[in-house]
Amino acid sequence: MTDLPLLTATSLSYAYGRRMACQDVDLEIWPGEVVAIVGESGSGKSTLLGCLSGRLRPDRGHVAYRDRDGAVLDVWAEPEARRRLLMRTDWGMVHQNPRDGLRLRVSAGGNVGERLMAVGARHYGDIRQAAQAWLERVEIDPARVDDLPLAFSGGMQQRLQIARVLVSNPRLVFMDEPTGGLDVSVQARLLDLIRGLSRDLGLSALVVTHDLAVARLLAHRIVVMRGGGIVEHGLTDRVLDDPHHPYTQLLVSSVLPA
Amino acid sequence: MYVAVKGGEKAIDAALDLLARRRRGDDAVPELSVDQIDAQLSLAVDRVMTEGSLYDRQLGALAVKQARGDLVEAAFLLRAYRTTLPRFGFSEPLDTARMALARRISAAFKDLPGGQILGPTFDYTHRLLDFALLAEGRPSVTDVVRHAAGEVQPAMPRVTDLLADEGLIERDGDMTGAPADITRDPPHHPAPRDARLQALSRGDEGFLLALAYSTQRGYGGNHPFAGEIRYGEVAVHLHVEELGFAVDIGDIEATECQMINQFKGGGDVPPQFTRGYGLAFGHAERKAMSMALVDRALRAGEFGEEAASPAQDEEFVLSHCDNVDASGFVQHLKLPHYVDFQAELLAVRALRAAFQDKEAAQ
Amino acid sequence: MNDAGEPGYNFAYLDESTKRMIRRAILKAIAIPGYQVPFGSREMPLAYGWGTGGIQITAAVIGADDVLKVIDQGADDTTNAVSIRRFFARVAGVETTERTAEASIIQTRHRIPERRLSDGQILVYQVPIPEPLRFIEPRETETRKMHALVEYGAMHVKLYEDVAAHGRITTSYNYPVLVNGRYVMSPSPIPKFDNPKMDMMPALQLFGAGREKRIYAIPPYTPVKSLDFEDHPFSVERSDRPCALCGATDTFLDEIVADDRGGRIFVCSDSDRCGEQRDQVASGDGAAP
Repeated sequence: MTDLPLLTATSLSYAYGRRMACQDVDLEIWPGEVVAIVGESGSGKSTLLGCLSGRLRPDRGHVAYRDRDGAVLDVWAEPEARRRLLMRTDWGMVHQNPRDGLRLRVSAGGNVGERLMAVGARHYGDIRQAAQAWLERVEIDPARVDDLPLAFSGGMQQRLQIARVLVSNPRLVFMDEPTGGLDVSVQARLLDLIRGLSRDLGLSALVVTHDLAVARLLAHRIVVMRGGGIVEHGLTDRVLDDPHHPYTQLLVSSVLPA
Repeated sequence: MYVAVKGGEKAIDAALDLLARRRRGDDAVPELSVDQIDAQLSLAVDRVMTEGSLYDRQLGALAVKQARGDLVEAAFLLRAYRTTLPRFGFSEPLDTARMALARRISAAFKDLPGGQILGPTFDYTHRLLDFALLAEGRPSVTDVVRHAAGEVQPAMPRVTDLLADEGLIERDGDMTGAPADITRDPPHHPAPRDARLQALSRGDEGFLLALAYSTQRGYGGNHPFAGEIRYGEVAVHLHVEELGFAVDIGDIEATECQMINQFKGGGDVPPQFTRGYGLAFGHAERKAMSMALVDRALRAGEFGEEAASPAQDEEFVLSHCDNVDASGFVQHLKLPHYVDFQAELLAVRALRAAFQDKEAAQ
Repeated sequence: MNDAGEPGYNFAYLDESTKRMIRRAILKAIAIPGYQVPFGSREMPLAYGWGTGGIQITAAVIGADDVLKVIDQGADDTTNAVSIRRFFARVAGVETTERTAEASIIQTRHRIPERRLSDGQILVYQVPIPEPLRFIEPRETETRKMHALVEYGAMHVKLYEDVAAHGRITTSYNYPVLVNGRYVMSPSPIPKFDNPKMDMMPALQLFGAGREKRIYAIPPYTPVKSLDFEDHPFSVERSDRPCALCGATDTFLDEIVADDRGGRIFVCSDSDRCGEQRDQVASGDGAAP
């Protein structure tokens, strides 16, 4: 890890009408670091994810991103063009429902290849090869490169979505309940895969989850949210094994097996 | 040797001639006059004027006659004529509170100042074919009706104004500056409400009716009450630059529908009902009501409501409600496409040849 | 004032302020090749989808000295071409022609004439759906953004899918192009056979979509590239037989069903070019046969 954060959020606030979904949140993500945001539904974690990932303009506060050249961008002050470019190059987004992140009427290969084509890849053979290599990497038979995502199981769709995001070599990946809709056995395999990939690629990732087991397995650090604010944060083992805040204690005792 | 299809000009002339003869029909039957159409098929003329966005009863009737009763075609004729007319300016907002009423009902109140006036409505007819009309005899007209015929009620306050005075419903929007003009400016989304209302007002009645119906069946419901439907004559005032004030340039017949919809509020705003608005030339209640429901559905974003249904989707509704657009584009499929089809044939044949080669190789 | 045209109507039907508005849109379109300029499309006495965009452009640029040619599917004698040509003969009183070489303005639907156009000529295309991204993204608000931000990845996804499914790009008409290295553009539903003619064309190319209220343009001598892959380059499919009438082997052919036993005849879709070729053959200075 270098001595400068990749993403820095300061005083982020977002309100739905009069209800503050997210209030004065400060957060840093360091290169190569996986951070989990945990909390129950309604705690503001998805809103925070939206504000951080360029999809939900915060009412107040800043998100600063340090790009490949070391320049720091004020994400929400940049023109939309720059932000969208960031979202399809440096960043990636893995949705809870793979259908939100995939083109269902486009083959697996087309889905994976899209981000390459978006940044100028124009050699069909190379694109296809890259797609197949990525399918293999996420444990999908490369022979299924021409199949539509609809023909895939839920777990495969989720892995396909991950391949589609990672193919362009992003530096920072946002994941919204990546294992949310899956069976427990499928979840474990997927978590293993995500952990392996993030380690091998040196990815930074921000994972939103209500599931502390997911956080334990994936994250270096945990941020606990409640009522739109962060109540506790720290290294994963520390937070889960020695929670300080009463809410975290409640969360840990009620969810994690003893 | 093959001779390419020639004689397009002759064919067109012959088609025009045939159309004219079909329009006239059997010479033994007296020809319809434009006045007869205006007087006896007046609702057809109303619809054509509304969707043709030109208020001229005589031209509307002419269009109906020329189009052989095809009302979408007739609206198209009016539009094509309208587009050649110079534009003098825009009128003051119609003051429908001062409408001379032929009909006025409210479903929200049992009684109200001015009362309910049924007027000429199909609502309580029994939809029994009246064979007396077949015999070209006059239908029996009761004395009461004969007495009331042509009688127009004086102006009455609008239900929505009564509610607005108490703050129970949102106010009419403020009209400042020139309104949008969708006949002059290309559309952009999101469109302001004036542009939306213009598009809906001249939109296809059938399309709007279906969309309005869909909102009632759960696709974007907004809990409507027919606050008031009024039909009658209303003065049009045009602001004349040289005079510095507005002058009355005549009366038009119009139908207005004000839907009262679910209330909103919270924060700094006390709860109040919201509106959907519909206006059509002549007597066109189904159109005005449909328009009001769709108008309100399209305001979902304004009120922070989830907008997931077709009727709430502005681009979808506004891009597809115009029947002159829609009719032209659907029917353009009749134009020759054989060049494109030939290109497709070449492609399919090439693919089939490749397929057969592959089969043979195996 | 209108000396030549229809009494009661302005020269070329449209009033002068409308023409001015359309000319402004055209100028903007020429300044930004391939960019779709919204314009206040008027109702025309022709149905939307039947060439109202092309007619409005022609009406805005035509002058009394112009010579107009109108083709549909390449031919001057198809009914819609006849109808539009008669419209302008009536409302503008201009000279009309079927000879590509003699026309100063050519309005077309679905073809580019075979004869190479020259400096000073204007080719006006009728366009049904101007947005090449429409079938990937139905929303105008989104497609405008995609153009603005050069987000064209999805466009190639379509081509990728073609190759994955069929081993080649199967789009055969309305084949998308990149204009001047910047905007992806719909060439209108011309066969892809015609695409190469757009590249560096000496004539001005104007595109009008009346119903969709868009005008776009390709100025003379502008590079126009058909989208493709390096290893699946754009290519044109050619018929393997000559025109049954003139013997040409380098033109786009229409297939005519000659009988009900599978008999087919292939003839030039460009009726003027076909006639020219036959005249040359007849006078003995043309190519065989």
